[in-house]
Amino acid sequence: MNAVAKTPSKKINFTQAVNLAMDEAMAANPRVILLGEDIADGQGGGVFTATKGLSAKYGTARVRSTPIAEQAIVGAAIGAALVGYRPVAEIMLMNFMTVAMDQIVNHAAKLRFMSGGQTSVPITIRTATGAGAGFGGQHSDMLEAWFAHVPGLKVVMASNPADAKGLLLSCIEDDDPCIFIEHTLAYGVTGAPPPPGYRVPLGCASIVREGTDVTVIGYGPSIAPALALADEMQREGISLEVVDLRTIAPFDQATVVASVAKTRRAVVVHEAVRAFGVGAEISSCIHEALFSELRAPVARVGSAYCPVPFSPPLEKAYLFNRAGLEAAIRKTLTR
Amino acid sequence: MSAGNAIGGGNALGVTEDTLLDIYRRATLIRVADERFQKMISSGQLQILYYSPRGQEILSAALMTTIEKSDYLVTTYRGIHDQLAKGIPARLLWAEFAGKVTGTCKGKGGPMHITHPDSGVMVTTGIVGAGLPIANGLALASQLAGDGKVTVVCFGDGSTNIGAFHEALNLAQIWMLPVIFVCQNNLYGEHTPQAMSTGAKELIDRALGYGMKGVQVDGNDAFAMFAVAAEAVERARAGQGPTFIEAKTFRFLGHLLGDDSHYIPEPEMAAAKAADPLPAFRRKLIDRGVSESVLNAIDAQIAAEIDDAAQYALDSPYPDASEVRVDVLKAPITGTAEISV
Repeated sequence: MNAVAKTPSKKINFTQAVNLAMDEAMAANPRVILLGEDIADGQGGGVFTATKGLSAKYGTARVRSTPIAEQAIVGAAIGAALVGYRPVAEIMLMNFMTVAMDQIVNHAAKLRFMSGGQTSVPITIRTATGAGAGFGGQHSDMLEAWFAHVPGLKVVMASNPADAKGLLLSCIEDDDPCIFIEHTLAYGVTGAPPPPGYRVPLGCASIVREGTDVTVIGYGPSIAPALALADEMQREGISLEVVDLRTIAPFDQATVVASVAKTRRAVVVHEAVRAFGVGAEISSCIHEALFSELRAPVARVGSAYCPVPFSPPLEKAYLFNRAGLEAAIRKTLTR
Repeated sequence: MSAGNAIGGGNALGVTEDTLLDIYRRATLIRVADERFQKMISSGQLQILYYSPRGQEILSAALMTTIEKSDYLVTTYRGIHDQLAKGIPARLLWAEFAGKVTGTCKGKGGPMHITHPDSGVMVTTGIVGAGLPIANGLALASQLAGDGKVTVVCFGDGSTNIGAFHEALNLAQIWMLPVIFVCQNNLYGEHTPQAMSTGAKELIDRALGYGMKGVQVDGNDAFAMFAVAAEAVERARAGQGPTFIEAKTFRFLGHLLGDDSHYIPEPEMAAAKAADPLPAFRRKLIDRGVSESVLNAIDAQIAAEIDDAAQYALDSPYPDASEVRVDVLKAPITGTAEISV
């Protein structure tokens, strides 16, 4: 067995974090295989270099560059998973998952149930997305709500490199199909290194900042602005509690409700389009659990109801932002 | 494969009498099951969408005789011929069709999603063409593990026009996967004839486009079907890659039970029925010297097996409503069934 690279003691970025998770998973279990476009070193180790070095270490039988054929990639992952493999499929960008929706929604998500538990599909689909990079309408969408709405899928997104490593390892080791979302602008973002063997359990949110006045619930790219606002608003005596969902589905309802039971005000924030988004589900759950205790209706912050535009000022106008989050928090406080 | 004596003083195809009787047994099982399903549906004992395999019995029976129980099968909603021929116990299949907890899938899959890994039936899909990419994954697992298993994926002619088909054939060929693509070409995709839906004159030409070995065969001819399938299995096991088999056949009862096949010209249907492959195969066996009493004994044994399976399905209980929370994810769903927490 190949030795896994030592966990670096200095900060690591998202790319290194997801690479490290796959490296550890492949070293620990010979049935972990990777499939995706350009993922072997001969093709560059993935368009975001997330799989760089893994084919050199584990061979191209286990790290397999594929044709540009998302149904074939996800289908192959499902089939291998049915008989004991733990495939990690890289779908280069989340919009490309739409090409493979039949495999994901009708098969990966449902085969355990439809077989009465005789089979299961322990696959992980890693996919990158997010606006702000000028990639336009077909390379930037946040589609997590689509997948969260399908019973049988787990949907995960990390807000920092350590969690990315810990969550991805948990996804690969999980017996259910997991969608692991990476933000294209986050790959270079650094953070504290995870301790060796670090895993983040699925379905568990993290209170990344404790506070008393308003709970801000987010995941992935909405956590950094929430934490920045928490620092800023603290100076005027407003105390924000920030909950990082980490697992979007199934989400940690107990942690969310307990936090809002304390603060009695909540704002849900995500990069995805606000309408029909994950925020609507979370807001509803909070209202159902705490209606009479809330001091204000739960607010939702998300991106504008339009395809992701290309032109920089338009893309900026589309994207959720810190000012919008701050306004929503303040509005909640005035009620 | 079964051992035994070749019929007719040595058969060039190496088909033994045991194998021929095995094909006959499997085909009869399909025929009798199909007739009983129709009867129970028309009498209201079963309420299901039923896609009859009537007319395609010999194809599946001969095909499945060339593989082992441990080999993998992926098939479609028109699949009971494949499933029974592959070896799913009739009781479990019938109970699943009836939505009973004793079915293969505890009643959660139903007729279109029959799964029984113990028989090698890994996936039955209700989505045209979707089984092919998954079959590749099963074959990839066998290739990586070096376990010598092959994967057979069955689908209809209609599947050859959907994207998943093309992505899957291409991947199987470049990775030289031990998978056999069996197109059961019954000439109609739902109600539309092949000539109206497919530019290629012959479906077998699809294989050429992917550099894949393709073979066209009369799927209703047990001898030819067996020979073609056996060779494809041998190639797959030997690491020589996938084969695309276009097996020509015909369906006698339309797309869905109740469909009056008005879109099929009467002479075409009449000719197909006159060449009904199972009775034709029976006559051939008798001509080759198989005694009628042997065949009658098989018929009787299968009639009893289906009687038993149908009764088992009717007598079995439905699943408890709490099962909606089980098998969604590995851990049972707690809280309300609507909220996944």
